[in-house]
Amino acid sequence: MKKFNVVLAASAMALALAGCTSVDSVEDAVNEAVDNAVEQVEDTVENAADDLQDAVDDAQDAIDDVVDQIVDDPAVKSEGVISYADYVAAAVDDEVVIECYVQATQSWWDNKISVYAADVDGAYFIYNMECSEEDAAKLTEGTKIKVTGFRAEWAGEVEVAEGATFEFLDGNYVAAAKDVTEFVGTDDLANYINQKVTFTGATVKAVSYKNDTPGDDIYVTLTINDVDVEFCLEYYLNGSDEEFYNLVGGLEEGTTVDVECFLYWYNGADGHLTAVTVK
Amino acid sequence: MMKSVNGFTKKIRSTLSHLGRRAVVLFVLISMCMTVLTGCHGSKNMAEFAVPDSFDTGKQIEVVFWAKNDTNARQTAIYEKAVTDFEALYPNVTVTIRLYNDYSKIYNDVITNIATGTTPNICITYPDHIATYLTSENQVLCLDDIMYDEKYGLGGSELLYNGPTKDEMIDKYLNEGKIGEHYYALPYMRSTEALYINKTYVEKLGYEVPDVVTWDYIWEVSEAAMAKGADGNFTINGQNVMIPFIYKSTDNMMIQMLRQQNAGYSTAAGEVNLFNDTTKEVLSTISAHSATRAFSTFKISSYPANFLNAGQCIFAVDSTAGSTWMGPDAPLSDICSDDIISGIEVVVRPIPQYDTENPVMISQGPSICIFNKDDPQVVLASWMFAQFLLTNEVQIAYAQTEGYIPVTSKAQNTQEYIDYLNNSGADNDLYYDIKIASTKLLLDNIDNTFVTPVFNGSASVRDAAGQLIEKTVTSTRRKETIDDAYFDELFANIQSLYRLDQIEGGGRDGAVDLGPLPVGARVLLISLGIVWLFIIIYQAKLLLFDNKRKR
Repeated sequence: MKKFNVVLAASAMALALAGCTSVDSVEDAVNEAVDNAVEQVEDTVENAADDLQDAVDDAQDAIDDVVDQIVDDPAVKSEGVISYADYVAAAVDDEVVIECYVQATQSWWDNKISVYAADVDGAYFIYNMECSEEDAAKLTEGTKIKVTGFRAEWAGEVEVAEGATFEFLDGNYVAAAKDVTEFVGTDDLANYINQKVTFTGATVKAVSYKNDTPGDDIYVTLTINDVDVEFCLEYYLNGSDEEFYNLVGGLEEGTTVDVECFLYWYNGADGHLTAVTVK
Repeated sequence: MMKSVNGFTKKIRSTLSHLGRRAVVLFVLISMCMTVLTGCHGSKNMAEFAVPDSFDTGKQIEVVFWAKNDTNARQTAIYEKAVTDFEALYPNVTVTIRLYNDYSKIYNDVITNIATGTTPNICITYPDHIATYLTSENQVLCLDDIMYDEKYGLGGSELLYNGPTKDEMIDKYLNEGKIGEHYYALPYMRSTEALYINKTYVEKLGYEVPDVVTWDYIWEVSEAAMAKGADGNFTINGQNVMIPFIYKSTDNMMIQMLRQQNAGYSTAAGEVNLFNDTTKEVLSTISAHSATRAFSTFKISSYPANFLNAGQCIFAVDSTAGSTWMGPDAPLSDICSDDIISGIEVVVRPIPQYDTENPVMISQGPSICIFNKDDPQVVLASWMFAQFLLTNEVQIAYAQTEGYIPVTSKAQNTQEYIDYLNNSGADNDLYYDIKIASTKLLLDNIDNTFVTPVFNGSASVRDAAGQLIEKTVTSTRRKETIDDAYFDELFANIQSLYRLDQIEGGGRDGAVDLGPLPVGARVLLISLGIVWLFIIIYQAKLLLFDNKRKR
């Protein structure tokens, strides 16, 4: 119908012009009218195509969302990948393939990087994983990776041994910190090894710098439920955060604090501090 | 081809005839400039240091000292006191300390700062590392002249403190700072490795502890300690953890095992001989005892002292400079006091030997390196502070912090130091018996110690030696097949990893085969030769022409 109207208008215009102009002018007018008509038709078709494409895109997005939800489910492991429970149960020096989500990294050096990682069931410490500087920049919080290496234990710390390899996967997950204050002084605390945890109402007992001077790790002893627990501001984890470094270095004996840390192990709990709140 | 050469010749002739003698003069000038510039490639290189006539006490001087300690607060306090005392003598000098507890971190930082021209003035380091620093010309102060300087040299007349003369330095240790024919390092402290033995458990296993332990003995007792009871725990300690033999530094382990058998490691000229049949035999033995878990390393299992003190290790090899961590009564500890097994007797012996009649052990410990700077007064101040670290007060105090020995006879012969040694066991602090026993072990074996050849790349050879053991133990534990094929592949991988095939040497005697010239260099030299040939021909022709004209 639109097409008919356009042609009619063009014809009328052409006839009107024919009455007052030369033949050439009439021809030009007709051509122009036809061009306009064709343009309008093309626009109409294009709009319809765009509408259709939008509908298809929306449908595709909906499908992708569903697929992503399935793929991103941190509880779902790919074939050949062991669960956290199997990882914990594996013997030292067993080969392990795990899927996990980066929670934090220590500084990259010499094509190696140490990673604090987690899935919904537990957490991992991957020591000196092989990694290019370019890939290290992509190991941001939540990034999903598949790691192949060997299980190790060093001074009580359960870890994936030096030299593990990895690949990036689609997916993102950040584990929430768990309050484990109630487990201090019990064997249950070890169940949270490497996880991001919090301790509340702790009292500062001692603070000392590695080598007795600022510029490296800071060792912090906190008394929690009458038990002394060791913590460390690991310089390679967050030593570059000057404000945080000064806060921890300046903690005074007797101060009450809440702390958040990755529950690292060194001959006992030795949390790597990520946040401190002075009460 | 001939045609093009002729064309080239004609072009040169034509050019030269146009430019004439001016071209020759210009060419010579350019050549001279190039020669000069080639001699100072890179802006990092500095002028050679000349000892000033006198020290300018009116000039404010800042000296930065990168020191290394063993996570020992007393060592930090001694460095700080040394700085305070020195600054009191020389009020115009300020010394700033940056502390490290890892030699390799100092090494990495120095390398980085050489590139940016921001090295410290003084650092604690190993001669192996200095050999790498020396690849940048005049960065490290050559001590040959300043050491003998009458006013400011060792025991110099103008020094405001009583430092050791050259004769009061222990020659063997002074010579360890020589690279090629020149002194580049002062010794600061010396240590060696010791075998710390849980004598209680050895005797419980039915063995006695000999004065010098053999490798066969240590493997035999270690395997005996692996017996388990019906409860699955180890019979010897009733625990579920027992690693009878743990070695802290596998670099040293390999180096010493090879040296004790007179097997190849490296030469002074930078030749790497580490990958040989004896190395394979050593690794095979280590693999066999790793398979049973009777042997492990620090990198795989953690600090030997922690296992020893928890009754989970029988033989721990670590530096004598780690002796304050050894034994249930050790003044320093990393583990919970509840985990320490009291009542076990720990004794100190030399590291295991192949030939007990001729014990051989490594000499190690911190050395002092001074960096050259544009201002000779700054360098002189740095040298004077370095020398101050050799005074009796610093030497004796620092040696007492661990199983170190002073590097000067001046300090070793003082009554104060002799009394210190004689008071072994008087307490579990300054006179801690295991620390003093390990100190005496070194004092009794100074002549049995050795160092490895130093050259640019020797630090990598050392790393490679340790890595051979670490990889073999790890592979064995992971149940890989350990055979000749494994070793061949391991050797190739380690050589490649540490680029040992690219080591250019630059050894103590400087006798290094640099190999054939690169193609580019050869082309350049040949081209220069051809150009000079044409210049000479041209000049000869001119001369001939002039002569003809004269005739």
